[in-house]
Order: sequence, then C-alpha cells, then structure tokens
Amino acid sequence: MVESTGLSADEAAVPGIDGKTDLLRARDLRKRFGAIVAVDGLSLELRSGEIHAMIGPNGAGKTTAIAQLSGELTADSGSVWFAGQDVTGLGADTRARLGLARSFQITSLFRGFTAEDNVSMAIQAHAGHSFRFWRAARRDPVLRAPARALLESVGLGARADVRAGTLAHGEQRQLELAMALATRPKVLLLDEPMAGMGREESVRLITLLAELKGRVAILLVEHDMDAVFALADRISVLVYGRAVASGTPDAIRADPDVRAAYLGGAA
Amino acid sequence: MADVTRSSAFTRRHAVHLGALVFLVLMPPVALVLDEPFYVSLASRILIYGLAAASLDLILGFGGMVSFGHAAFFGTGGYVVGILFVHGFEGTAFLGLIPGSDSGLIVWPAAAGVAGLLALIIGSVSLRTGGVYFIMITLAFAQMLYFFFVSLEAYGGDDGLSMYGRSQIPWMDLSDDTTFYYVCLAVLLLFLGFGHRAVGSRFGMVIRGVRENERRMTALGFPTYRYKLACFSIAGAAAGLAGALIANQTEFVSPSLMHWTRSGEIMVMVILGGMGTLFGPVFGAAAFLLLEEVLSAWTEHWMIVLGPVLIFVVLFARRGIYGWLIGAQDGSES
Ligand SMILES: Nc1ncnc2c1ncn2[C@@H]1O[C@H](COP(=O)(O)OP(=O)(O)OP(=O)(O)O)[C@@H](O)[C@H]1O
Ligand SMILES: [Mg+2]
Repeated sequence: MVESTGLSADEAAVPGIDGKTDLLRARDLRKRFGAIVAVDGLSLELRSGEIHAMIGPNGAGKTTAIAQLSGELTADSGSVWFAGQDVTGLGADTRARLGLARSFQITSLFRGFTAEDNVSMAIQAHAGHSFRFWRAARRDPVLRAPARALLESVGLGARADVRAGTLAHGEQRQLELAMALATRPKVLLLDEPMAGMGREESVRLITLLAELKGRVAILLVEHDMDAVFALADRISVLVYGRAVASGTPDAIRADPDVRAAYLGGAA
Repeated sequence: MADVTRSSAFTRRHAVHLGALVFLVLMPPVALVLDEPFYVSLASRILIYGLAAASLDLILGFGGMVSFGHAAFFGTGGYVVGILFVHGFEGTAFLGLIPGSDSGLIVWPAAAGVAGLLALIIGSVSLRTGGVYFIMITLAFAQMLYFFFVSLEAYGGDDGLSMYGRSQIPWMDLSDDTTFYYVCLAVLLLFLGFGHRAVGSRFGMVIRGVRENERRMTALGFPTYRYKLACFSIAGAAAGLAGALIANQTEFVSPSLMHWTRSGEIMVMVILGGMGTLFGPVFGAAAFLLLEEVLSAWTEHWMIVLGPVLIFVVLFARRGIYGWLIGAQDGSES
C-alpha cells in the first residue's frame, strides 16, 4: 500500500487510520493549477455519522478539495483513506462504488432525461453491473420505485416526468441531491447544496439533512451560515487551501482569526 | 414514464414501422411483376448499408462517440468472407492454418467476430481520448487498415478480390437475388430487434448517460470506459456482418470498402435518417442510396446536391427523416 500512495514511510504510519472512527481521512492534500495552489496541505477527517462543515471564502479550494476526495482530480501529493482503505490511487467511479458520493456545486445532471431517469441512473450505478441488454430499464421497478420515493423525499414527487433540463434552478439542486442520496452512500460530499435555492427550499433541505444525520457522514461545503451552524458537528475553515481552524461550531464562532478571515462582521 | 402508455397505443411511430415492414416484405414480388429485378439488388444494398448505419448509430447517436472509422469494420467483415471464400475455392488455408470456407453459417459469424475483435482493439486505444482526438484517431486507424489492404498483394491489393459466388446456406440459394434480399432483411430485422431492446436496457441507459454527461456517470460510480468499449465492439461486429453481406451481394471485396469516404457515407446515412433513433439510419441509407442512384445518372457531382440537403437536416431536422416521419414530439428516443 505504501508504494501505491507515494507516501514516505512515516506519513503512511500515521496512527489511527483504521476506518473505525474516521470514515474519511485526508492527509496533506495538495493541488496546484499552474501558478495557483488551490489546495495546500489540507488534512481533515470525517467521523462516521457526523456532519462536518467546510467553510471558507470564494476560491479557498473547497471544490478542489472535494474533487480530490471524490477522486475526480488526482492529488499532486497527499493521501485519502476511506473506510479503512487507502483510496488515493483509485478513480472516482471506484470510490463512488465503495460508498463515497458527491454532489456538484454547478448542477451536473442528465439534462435530456426526466427527473426520474436521473435518479434511476444513480440507483442503477449501485445495483450490480449494467451489462444487461434485454429488459427495459425504464420499466424496472428495482430502479423506478426507489427513484420515485427519493424524488418524493426531496420534494420533487410531482416533477418526476419533467425533463431535468427544464426544471427550475432550485428543483435542479434538489435533483442533484436526490441523485447523490440514491447511491446510498456511506459518505456524502455536498458542494454548496443550497446555492441558488429559495428560502423555503433551503429550509426543507436543512430538515432533510438533519434527518440523514447519524446515518450518513456528510462533508458539507456551504456558504449559508444558518445551515452550517444548524447542522454541523464540526467546522473547518479553509483559507488559501489550508485549514486555518477546526472545531465545534461554538469554538469556530468564537475564534477571532476566523472572524477576521471569514465571518467578518456577520457573526 | 409516458412510455408505458405510449407503447400500448398504436401511434404514428408504429404506423411508420408497419408501413416500412410491409413495403420491404412486398418489394421483391412487386419489382419482379414490374420486370425491374435491378430494384431487388438495389434494395439489398439499402438493407445492408442500413445495418451498417444502424450499428454506427449505437455509438454515434446513442453514445455520442463520433467515430469516423466505421468502414474499417465494414470492410474487415467483407474481407473475412472474401479471403475465406477464395481459400475455400482453392482448397488452401489462410496463413496455412485456417481452412477456407464458403459456408455462411461459418464465415458470417467469423466476419462479425473478427470485426468485433478489431473494434475492441481500436476502441481500447481510441476511447481513452475524446472529442476531436477521438474522431481523428478512429479515422487514422481506418486509413491504416485501408492502406494495409491496398498493399496486400496476396489478396488482390488495390484491385480487390473477386469471389466466384456467394456463401452457402443450408436449404437456400443465395445466388438468387430475391432469396438473398430476404436473408438481408432477416439479418437487419434481427439486429434492429436486438438494438431496440439494448438501447432501452440498463446497458443502453448507461450509453445514453455517457452521451448526456459522462462526468456525472463517473461520479455516480459507472466505469464508463468499459461500457463504451463494449458498445463500440458490438457496433463493430454488426458492421462486420454488414460487410459480410455486401461481399456476398457484389461477390467482390476491395479496399474501397474501408476508405474514409465510406465511413463518411455511413455517417451521412445516420445523420440523414436521424441520430439516436436506431431505425432512422435505415431510412437514411435508403435516402442516400436512392439519391445517389437518381442523381448520379444526371451528374457525377451528385454530392453537390447532397451537401445542402445534409446541412438542412443538421440545422432544422435533428431527428432526420425518421423524426420527421414519426412526428416531432415522439421523436425523442431518449
Ligand atoms: N481546473 C482549474 N484550473 C485552473 N484553476 C482552477 C481550476 N479549478 C479551480 N481553480 C482555481 O483554484 C482555486 C480554488 O478553486 P475552488 O473552486 O476549489 O474554490 P472554492 O473554495 O470552491 O470557491 P467557491 O466558494 O467560489 O466555490 C481558485 O483560485 C480557482 O480559480
Ligand atoms: Mg466551490
């Protein structure tokens, strides 16, 4: 395993990487785009059942960090462990099948498909291989029934047959989340799930995430501070690709550096 | 979804399918009554190119993979039949190992198998790229193969390879053009039947998902490369089968079967007939070959007329002839 991560021996020997308490653990992640260092030695862990919020100003590297955790971007250096396994060398699809799901800050849907097709596709991804050439997927209750239920739970029950590309922006955000949930993940990486949602939709989403709490570990990137303080067990503050503070919501709220760097006068 | 109710009612789509089927079944006797046997052989060509075009639609229309080398598989299928036929005729063996044969039950599956395998190899390299690179690399592979057969003097090189008859099928006389026509029709319908199931299956949904948003498919956990490669190989195998049929139809194979312009023609048939409709490309093949037939008698620059037609289809009728026939609302297969 040590060879595959490219870690030095003492880094790989970090104690406590056993997957029991820390479901997801990133060590010293780095990512550089040309002259920009987007993620600069980020370490964080996500314990099972907790909601860990990651906040930080625009361009702090939050989306890049999520992409590295999910496997879409390979890290320049550092390692990612998931459920006791080193996944640093694994691709995004493999990590997703292991139970690491993500949502996208910029909605990423199958726009020509109906909302129900979109969620069915996510369910299909985790329902065995898809080298099945004969039965009609769109009439397969194994895929369609849970898809309906999930659309219901995010408040899109009545919009199941509408093409995703024609849904309102807020509805697309709800669909985005339904797709991430449909994979029945162990860990959810949510990249600003509330961005572009109306007040009412946000409140519904906060309720939904609160219900999920304890069952799924969630890394929540969010600019909506009401949501963050309502949901998070712990908060990490990212600035210029580094975690400058990490702690309970109360501790973060009280931290003078954080107030200066990010919360400003708002808190 | 709405499909459930739609499929139980008799729609315009069904009317078009039924009409086309009746026409295709009745065509040979009518042509013979009219004393125009040439039309039977033209119609066979349409069915064969329809098969090649429908197979390309699996990757181009449903998978969004713009392959510009489909004729490579078409030509390979043709050469498998041609080469084995000549060896069978001479009583020799290909590479001194594989005995020749003129049995359709052996050489047609062999043609599909070899073309499918070739597609697996070409696809495994090409599918690691995307966009313009994919177009160029599939084109390059096909041209490589074209020049390979041009220089293959043992099998006729540039001049091609003549067969002295058609494949043998038990209880059938393929040298009879009408019999051969119905065999082509049966092969095409079998493929369309399989294709129709496949594009609606889980596999088909993955292929369409890749076209819509491959990044999202990966994030959901689909190893997309594998599915694309499988789709590419299946399409290649079907094109190989079409090639086997064209070799029989003309009793002749030559490198021109896999020239890049042939790939272009097959692609034009798909676009003309309607991308992502599976059945449309058969209509596209009919339109293309009939236009060629009519216009080339009139001018050898008949492509000059085809060009504007194609631009019109691309701009105004994205589902092509098929979408126009079945009506716009019903036109979305996906
Ligand atoms: N693909 C890329 N190529 C070049 N630069 C990039 C790329 N992706 C991100 N960056 C840069 O990396 C930095 C971090 O971007 P990132 O999107 O991770 O920030 P963020 O914290 O998610 O910001 P926001 O709150 O606006 O979503 C930014 O300066 C951004 O311009
Ligand atoms: Mg971001």
